[in-house]
Amino acid sequence: MKHFLRRQRYLIDFTVASLARRMGKNLGLLGVYTLIVFLLASVMLFTQSLRHEASLLLVNAPEVVVQRMLAGRHELIPEDYLQRIGKVRGVAAMYGRLWGYFYDPVVQANYTLMVPREHAPVSGEVKVGHAIARTRGLGLGDFLSFRSAQGQSFAFRVSEILSSDSELVSADLLLVSEDDFRTFFGIEPGLYTDIALEVRNPKEVRKVAEKLTVLLPDTRPILREEILRTYDALFAWRQGIVFVLLAGSLLAFVIFAWDKASGLSAEEKREIGILKAIGWDTGDVIQMKFWEGALVSLGAFLLGYLAAYGHIFFFDAALFAPVLKGWAVLYPKFHPAPFIDGLQVATLFFFTVFPYTVATVVPIWRAATTDPDAVMR
Amino acid sequence: MPTNYDTISKAHYRLRVGTLPLILLGLGLLIFAISLLDAHWRAQTLQAGTGAALVAELGLTDLALFTEARYTRHLSQADRHSAFQDHPLALDHFPSGSLVPPPERLRQP
Repeated sequence: MKHFLRRQRYLIDFTVASLARRMGKNLGLLGVYTLIVFLLASVMLFTQSLRHEASLLLVNAPEVVVQRMLAGRHELIPEDYLQRIGKVRGVAAMYGRLWGYFYDPVVQANYTLMVPREHAPVSGEVKVGHAIARTRGLGLGDFLSFRSAQGQSFAFRVSEILSSDSELVSADLLLVSEDDFRTFFGIEPGLYTDIALEVRNPKEVRKVAEKLTVLLPDTRPILREEILRTYDALFAWRQGIVFVLLAGSLLAFVIFAWDKASGLSAEEKREIGILKAIGWDTGDVIQMKFWEGALVSLGAFLLGYLAAYGHIFFFDAALFAPVLKGWAVLYPKFHPAPFIDGLQVATLFFFTVFPYTVATVVPIWRAATTDPDAVMR
Repeated sequence: MPTNYDTISKAHYRLRVGTLPLILLGLGLLIFAISLLDAHWRAQTLQAGTGAALVAELGLTDLALFTEARYTRHLSQADRHSAFQDHPLALDHFPSGSLVPPPERLRQP
């Protein structure tokens, strides 16, 4: 064993010295290789973290949301639907939700106005999301003025700024009292935006939803599991889009790496010929080249992966933020919580380290099995 | 000329060219292992956040990732027509519309 290890160390010494002789070329390769791993790992870690965070947050979303549809569009739902839904067996609790959108021409941003079930602000006051406070430069006690649906001016005093920790779900929220909400939007009492339900037995959720579509044909139920699946699909889709965009650069890298790894230069062939002539056997040459591939690809993987980890979890994915923001003025500043899927890291490792190492070894094996004299000529 | 590996002196052993890359690689592997532990530890401490409490308290359904259009702000609540709200052949106005797929429920036949 000791003999084997020492032998490998000498082979590594020789490989490093050989790589150092073509320093510029190999450093260039390491740089490009690292960049590719960095981009792939960044996308992977970011989407994985968002997906995990979404599943942790939205697991507390309402079990069923019932929306009323009119001519294919979302319509306000009358209060008497609550009583009709209450008759469905299995429904444990239900409440009407009041929420809507407001476009603020001052900062050209969309807000979500909502009435909390508990701890609602008193009339004339508002609790604002952290991104709104940041964008409009608001502090506690400041006033926010909007024009209502009837053209009247409304001034709300900021009574609370929602915690920045919850920005991923509350960036654009404005929490107001029920009276203010109804007056502001001109919504009559007895109408709600939609209805949220809790079902006694989680296994019966689908059955309850089916009963609701029969009982109230102009409504559609949205289940929590569908909300979770939507976000799961969203991040898979986005990861897919970025990977497709990266495909061009990936292919360029594959061609570059394949050319570098598999196309032996005359100098390298001569080197192999000399090694064989001075007594190295084919196995030694292959092991030496294996170390070359492994050192470069493992080094690039580690550098790229660790840089991506820092980028996502310490610098909050600064490079991706402009893409995610789109046209939105309000964008949540959030700190992705690290969640690493071992299988994904293993897949990334396999698809970045393994092909390069193989691409290095195979042509060498071909050159090393030929006669030294023929190789050197 | 050494005949076997044992004849190499310790002074010579320390100066070998392969030592530094191996140390760097070992360091990289160590930091990689630390990053896995860091992720595990931070995920444990962040699980019960204020965000989850707010979702439960207000009955929120969506993430505030794309606030520019109602069908991207409340993605899971969007109806079949919301991306084409102006008329049936109107193209999607908002860039984030190309970043988000239709809700899972609407993609089922």
